[in-house]
Amino acid sequence: MTVTTAPDAPLLQVGTLTKTFGGFTALDNISVDIRKGERFGLIGPNGSGKTTLINCISGALRPQTGSVVFCGEDITQLPPHLRARRGIARSFQIPRPFKSMTVLENLMVGLDFATVGSSLPEEDVAMSILTRMGLAAKAGAPTDTLSQVELRKMELARAMAVRPKLLISDEAMAGLSSSEVDEVLDLLISLGEEDITIIMIEHIMQAVMRFSERVMCLDAGKIIAIGAPAEVMANKRVQEAYLGT
Amino acid sequence: MTKHRNSIAFWAGVAIFLVAVLSMTQIVRNEYPFFAGYVILQFIALAVAWSILGGYAGYVNFGTNAFFGVGVYTAVALFKATGAPLVVQIAAAAAVGMTLGFGVGLLTLRMRGIFFSIATIALAIIIETFVMNWRFVGGAAGIQLQRPPVMAPFDSYVKMLFFVQAVLVVIAVGIARYIQNSRIGRGLQALRDDELAAECTGVPTLKLKLVACMISGALMSAVGAPAAMYLQYADPSSAFNLTYSVSALAMSLIGGTAHWIGPVLGAILLGSTQQFLAVTISSEINVLVLGIMLVLFVVAAPKGIIGLLRPRYRLRAGGKP
Repeated sequence: MTVTTAPDAPLLQVGTLTKTFGGFTALDNISVDIRKGERFGLIGPNGSGKTTLINCISGALRPQTGSVVFCGEDITQLPPHLRARRGIARSFQIPRPFKSMTVLENLMVGLDFATVGSSLPEEDVAMSILTRMGLAAKAGAPTDTLSQVELRKMELARAMAVRPKLLISDEAMAGLSSSEVDEVLDLLISLGEEDITIIMIEHIMQAVMRFSERVMCLDAGKIIAIGAPAEVMANKRVQEAYLGT
Repeated sequence: MTKHRNSIAFWAGVAIFLVAVLSMTQIVRNEYPFFAGYVILQFIALAVAWSILGGYAGYVNFGTNAFFGVGVYTAVALFKATGAPLVVQIAAAAAVGMTLGFGVGLLTLRMRGIFFSIATIALAIIIETFVMNWRFVGGAAGIQLQRPPVMAPFDSYVKMLFFVQAVLVVIAVGIARYIQNSRIGRGLQALRDDELAAECTGVPTLKLKLVACMISGALMSAVGAPAAMYLQYADPSSAFNLTYSVSALAMSLIGGTAHWIGPVLGAILLGSTQQFLAVTISSEINVLVLGIMLVLFVVAAPKGIIGLLRPRYRLRAGGKP
């Protein structure tokens, strides 16, 4: 498991990935490298393949062709739980909490199964993550008593309990008020500052602009632009496909 | 600390239970309490075994009768072929039940919810049909069995079986309790709530489901093994009777599945009510009572007896309190 890679080698290499559902091509020959510590924004109109791409990265879907290489290891055929153990964590577009557990217990699942050998008691680790996320007061609450923004934060906290190297946030801000968006965005940015690579799927443009070091825009399963946020936004094809002309 | 103290209390309770059962077999002379008690113990063990898969993992198994019948006929075949002692029959039944459980576990790859349940019913029918056509164990007509001489310190075979079933209850409860308190239990609870989210949080869902199916299956078949000697007779339609499935499920749900004590309470309540009714009114009314109680509990106490007693288990039992 201890694959040594050159310091400048990408954390995640997606190579010529194609995913089809019947006759529909959701991802068409996608290749992209994500650098270690990068804050990466993923945009595109609905149905452009954003969630399919991160499903292929996190293991919920297997691509027909192409490869996913993480930390120098080919993980294309690994089931999601083994990817989680290698440090890939995600949140879901529609929050999927463990409903029969408290907020704290939700985090304990990841600590129990995905992380190996911590010197601190698991509950302390879970509490420190919750404190970090501003959810400490809700530790003992059932998940169905949480507000929408708390639920989103809990999803991120649960992903953090996996101790990820790569965190994938799938529209964590959808449906939130603008002050809540800032709150979640600040959290994500602060996580990015501690060496966690983050892929953020988002529709809220000012959030993408503020967050991302690099942005990739998908349309109909193809990459139509990739680069600095301002460049991508200025791209004519992006404006046509996504922002409307 | 409290966990440790809980363990001491638990095992002390187990010791007291087994000593009480053993002394009862030595003191009480009338055989009837053992006849009736055996059935109640059998249902406790079945309900606890059922809840490992049906409660903790949320896969509703309607094939308890398949596992039970496989246990019965493993014991019958082994006894007829080699005259193996009861302990060996039970161990062999557990091994076969575990293998069958592995097969059922593979079903969970593709099937969830109601589809899984229906597949388990089909499984019972397939195995029953096979046994009906298996001449060596008597086929559809069934088979008479001659009990071997009873072993000391017991003075009757039924008393010995009563004690054996009590030991099986202890094993089932011990395993269920271990799973509940270990990370396996947390993993099963997570996959019951949301399988994809559990996978993505590092839970090896397939492995845990297979483990739950195999343990649950092994216990159910082990519980079935002594039944042939209990009745001195075995036939496919009673060994594979759907009542076992319905009872195990109803007892677990009525007791509550969030804690191992739930199925135990449910089985004691329903099992003794059924025994009482069988003696005072008729054995046919049992099924009616089972149905009525299940309906009452589903409406009035959806999280079972333990949900009523301990509100904090309502959450663990899943969904809204």
